[in-house]
Amino acid sequence: MTTATATATARPAPTAARRFRDWWANPWGKPRFLVLFTLAYLVWSIVPILIAIRFSFNEGRSRSTAQGWSFRWYTEDPDLSVLHDPDLSAALLQSLKLAALAVAITVPLGVALAIGLTRWRGRVAGTSRYVSLVPLVTPEIVMGVALLLVFVHVLTFIPLGTPAQAIGHVTFSLAFVLIIVRSRLLSIGAEYEEAAQDLGASPLQALRLALLPMLTPAFVASAIVVFAISMDDFVVSAFLSSGTNTDTVPVRIYGAGRTAPTPALNALATLTLAITIVIAAAFFAVWRLVLARRGRRGATLGEFAEIDDAYAKATRLTER
Amino acid sequence: MPESSGPVARRREAFWAALALPGVVWLALFFVVPFYVILGVAFGTVDPIIQTPLPAWNPLDWNTRAFDFVVDGLVSSGAAFQTVFVRTFVYVAIAVALSLVIAYPVAYFVARYGGRWKGLLLLGLIAPFFISYLMRMLAWINLLQDDGWVNDVLVWIGILDEPRTWLDGRASSVIIGMVYGYVPFMILPLYAFLDRIDKDLLDAARDLGASPLQAFRLVTLPLSVPAILAGCVIIALPMFGDYYTPDLLSGSPKTSLIGNQINLYIRGGQQIPVGAALVVVLMLMLAVLLAYYVIVTSRAQRRLRG
Repeated sequence: MTTATATATARPAPTAARRFRDWWANPWGKPRFLVLFTLAYLVWSIVPILIAIRFSFNEGRSRSTAQGWSFRWYTEDPDLSVLHDPDLSAALLQSLKLAALAVAITVPLGVALAIGLTRWRGRVAGTSRYVSLVPLVTPEIVMGVALLLVFVHVLTFIPLGTPAQAIGHVTFSLAFVLIIVRSRLLSIGAEYEEAAQDLGASPLQALRLALLPMLTPAFVASAIVVFAISMDDFVVSAFLSSGTNTDTVPVRIYGAGRTAPTPALNALATLTLAITIVIAAAFFAVWRLVLARRGRRGATLGEFAEIDDAYAKATRLTER
Repeated sequence: MPESSGPVARRREAFWAALALPGVVWLALFFVVPFYVILGVAFGTVDPIIQTPLPAWNPLDWNTRAFDFVVDGLVSSGAAFQTVFVRTFVYVAIAVALSLVIAYPVAYFVARYGGRWKGLLLLGLIAPFFISYLMRMLAWINLLQDDGWVNDVLVWIGILDEPRTWLDGRASSVIIGMVYGYVPFMILPLYAFLDRIDKDLLDAARDLGASPLQAFRLVTLPLSVPAILAGCVIIALPMFGDYYTPDLLSGSPKTSLIGNQINLYIRGGQQIPVGAALVVVLMLMLAVLLAYYVIVTSRAQRRLRG
């Protein structure tokens, strides 16, 4: 009895290395190579960003080595910080301004287009359905050049700078709203509107009372996606910029990335990232709320994967 | 039951058309017309004095000087455009292949074995969508500096004897940068697809005596061919127009891609028609690639169904 207890207590507690060996040798666990591969991927994908964020808090001027902690490059430096360098703060404001304009114009325009194109059966509708997906397979540089030339040579009343940039952002994000709303429309079907119209509603009433409420989750998802791709956009913003005062954050990073003498650029990128995440998270919270109120399962992050998947499928340019 | 003809149906059609109209006009004005403007500029001339392009709107007036210049630079061996086009294809092919090697196992793991960690893993996969591409390149500029952490680590492990210059004309830096930048866009559609695969199919394969590896090779992999192709296409397309990755991670003519040439000609001012002609050539090549892809996927889907 006493010897048994003694041997039990004498067994050493498993060390981390030991536990790793046991886990590695366990034939019933998850595929171990894939676990390590996925973890390595996530580390590779996220750690560089965390390091860039860390350098933005440097006390010194280096962008490649850690030098203490401070808010010098955010607010404190009287000339070079994001707050005090007019080029940097203007870029952040321009990015936010364009993203807000893009969301405000693209979501209603895209939702109307998606509903119209799904229900309308004319010949123009067929062509438009096809053309409306082409932006998804158009490299951004092609769209940037096309819009630059059209504003310089044809639509000369639209000046380069904010108006041209906003139009560009709406044009490339329209197709994303289209695929998000269309996949939702296909899952809803036409029955609800038809029922409403059989009960005496006009098409407009059927749309407003039956269809639009069911599309609310698609509105919110569209808003998140348009906001994110507008904040991310570089090429169209760069081609349609009229000068440093309409440069967005990515344009500024491109312009100064290789030559910037201080971590203020890292601070600008970090601030932009923080603002993007806060706004996207707020939209996401609204989305969950909307879905929960409709009694559906709460929205999951998997829905983003579905959106990207719909995008991937839309590259085939074929209608279902 | 909605009638197929008659005044009510016609009114409905008109209502849907009116709803679509603003978007259709928008796309016509800002997407279709601009493509014609590219053609007009590419086939136009340049003002002899102030060097601005004079677009030719009438196809009868089209002048092929810019195209002759581009085609000449493409076909004579070793000419500038030929080198750049070949380099672009090689970079894109390597970057897409590397992305697939990374994306497929990650998507497969999260879809099949994510379990209770799935939400967190997905958050990690989606995070790059909310981090601007340029910021992600900036992160690598920081790391790849001469006194950066990549050199520190490689010298410390002993792989390198002395710090290496990563940011000056190295193909490897540009390709790795592209993979880093675009791979998240490939993982998500693969994940969405693999997540939907009916697990009963795999169970059936196992019941019939297939080993896990055989079940993967004979069921999962053939099913995922269309998703793999779609993932390759959505990252290859932006790569073909990329000029910022080589500019930021190399900045040398040794890694200049098609996108860099377009950017130089369009924004350099002197020979805008050549830039426009390059855009047209790029679009034609991508159209051929896309047509091939659409044919292959529709054939693959038919085979799966039949």
